[in-house]
Amino acid sequence: MKHQLDYLDELEAEAIYILREVAGQFEKPALLFSGGKDSITLVHLAEKAFRPGKFPFPLVHIDTGHNFIETIEYRDAMVKRLGEKLIVGHVQDSIDQGKVVEQKGKNASRNALQTVTLLDTIAKHQFDACIGGARRDEEKARAKERIFSVRDEFGQWDPKRQRPELWNIFNGKIHKGENVRVFPISNWTELDVWNYIRREKIELPSIYFAHKREVITRNGQLMAASPFLNMDAEDIIESRNVRFRTVGDMTCTAAVESYAYHIDDIIEEISASKISERGARMDDKVSEAAMEDRKKGGYF
Amino acid sequence: MDILKFLTAGSVDDGKSTLIGRLLYDSESILADQLEALHRSNRKNDDGSIDLAILTDGLKAEREQGITIDVAYKYFQTDKRKFIIADTPGHIQYTRNMVTGASNANLAIILIDARKGVIEQTIRHSFLVALLGLPQVVVCINKMDMVDYSEEVFDKIVSDYKTLAAKVGLKNVNYIPVSALKGDNIVYPSLNINWYRGDSLLHFLENVDIEVDDSTAHARFPVQWVIRPQTEDLHDYRGYAGRVSSGSFKVNDKVTVLPSGFSSTIDKIELLDEEPEEAFAGMSVTIHLKDEIDISRGDVLVNSQYQPEVSQLIEADLCWMDTRALDTSLTYFVQHNSKVTRCRIQETLYKVNINTLEKEYNGEFKLNDIGRIVIKTAEPLAFDLYQNNKANGGAIIIDSRTNVTVGALMLRGVVE
Repeated sequence: MKHQLDYLDELEAEAIYILREVAGQFEKPALLFSGGKDSITLVHLAEKAFRPGKFPFPLVHIDTGHNFIETIEYRDAMVKRLGEKLIVGHVQDSIDQGKVVEQKGKNASRNALQTVTLLDTIAKHQFDACIGGARRDEEKARAKERIFSVRDEFGQWDPKRQRPELWNIFNGKIHKGENVRVFPISNWTELDVWNYIRREKIELPSIYFAHKREVITRNGQLMAASPFLNMDAEDIIESRNVRFRTVGDMTCTAAVESYAYHIDDIIEEISASKISERGARMDDKVSEAAMEDRKKGGYF
Repeated sequence: MDILKFLTAGSVDDGKSTLIGRLLYDSESILADQLEALHRSNRKNDDGSIDLAILTDGLKAEREQGITIDVAYKYFQTDKRKFIIADTPGHIQYTRNMVTGASNANLAIILIDARKGVIEQTIRHSFLVALLGLPQVVVCINKMDMVDYSEEVFDKIVSDYKTLAAKVGLKNVNYIPVSALKGDNIVYPSLNINWYRGDSLLHFLENVDIEVDDSTAHARFPVQWVIRPQTEDLHDYRGYAGRVSSGSFKVNDKVTVLPSGFSSTIDKIELLDEEPEEAFAGMSVTIHLKDEIDISRGDVLVNSQYQPEVSQLIEADLCWMDTRALDTSLTYFVQHNSKVTRCRIQETLYKVNINTLEKEYNGEFKLNDIGRIVIKTAEPLAFDLYQNNKANGGAIIIDSRTNVTVGALMLRGVVE
């Protein structure tokens, strides 16, 4: 009898395998939680990997202070249900300490500042491995990313010196001060994540589903009107039916017009989609090599 | 629906990137804004059509040079199957990249330029695919449009390749005449070729059988992590967490822990709230045994009746991946699944010139060299011969000074 795993089962099993490798190889791992669907999926996978034991790592949230309130509420409810540890690094603290300077201008966002707070949080807690929900299909520079991505003490990523990953053997050996970023859902596509969420009935922050929101149009995209966004007289606020396809900060995440109230609708919308997931992220549009440059600077 | 992982072996000039681009484009896996970027780019083909190769370039340096320098993973799916493409460079200096990309592939697409036929590079790629034990090969004879879609040209190349395939030991080879540029036989059957009645590439990829090793004889479970909640209600709970790397395990199976050799019986198999009777290759589960034995990460549970080799002196094929040459006086680390131990390369037997397939003796193993060696490990490894069980026959060598992975090993036998 042939035992062929269904693709979602195979992807799930691979992610669990990777999470357990992190647990086995590192002294102080952490799971970076953003409140987005990818990191929420990671938490669900961590439950499958480690229950009935506790997670061998805390959840870490780098809070820019510009989050959707729905994301924060979701995060807090989730942590309470799990009974696991949450560590929050605040970008505001980095700003107050003079380590980073708030961007100015209409397109200002705190996205780039996160890196400094992230590196500081890693250094403070001496995390040697950070698990994140990045996927290879998201964006060109991520297509080459390893599952175990070694970063130097500045969090920097040198594309020319990544380790070959053979078979299912992951080499996580590092020197003191170095850090590894681990991406258990590297091989999952956006559609895979949504199909998995549907199959597992994973709850998500409401902003992923269609709702009425006040938005402005900026560079051809819909942005949520919020106190964090630098608006001026030119920006006209309208009430539209939207949902967020990806969840970053309120200042850098664009909404799409949508009536997808249910997960089935979302999956259908994505399958027929006209814009790739990260196309809605203003932070990637800055230049063609934006993601690559940010990774070299220590970003996720 | 399942997943097919395949390697694409060819070079820039063979049109490999265009082939992949065409697969993605014609199967409608490109999303609109990626398409937009494609049209916006000023890289065009001679006939003015968009250069689909852009879809697979990732890093800045490559985009500038127009050559890929790493293993790039691309994803697409049809309603039949999900696909993961490992795209690797074709030049000899990137042999290590191809070995890496091939290690996880179920199938290889070997690209041949119809104008050139079987060349040195073809020999090299075919050798590597055979070395890494890929069970299926598709030879795409590309640029058929440039040889007037000649059946004679195609047949000659097929004949030459069959000789090569026999020489390197490749079975299960299929041949498809294509033009990635024009779209012939990639997704849609060619309107220009009426003498070929076989599948288009995509149709083949969607329907090819993927081998699954679920035999009891190969039941192997490397332990990654021990789950011990040690709470009040779960005081005695002790689960061995890992992924079945090959074969299958059932509740009540008699299993042996290696390398210690202690035995027990499977009491329970768990996956979160489920308790399946059986776990087979690829499944990540938690196994409970009837007896309390000392088991930790790095140990392997196997079916007691069908045990793998256990040895500290092993003959293996090695692909050297470091810019510093292999140093037989140096102590390295070897990692075999979850087990890491010290090792030394005791003897280098021969190297293989992968362009000519001739053996060479008395040479250093430098970057991208491939050959046969004997490795001595500090602790015994519980392994299967790579040709019989890939999941339990591969290992990596790590440089203890830099922690970098410097070699790939295919374990071939025990040395007495």
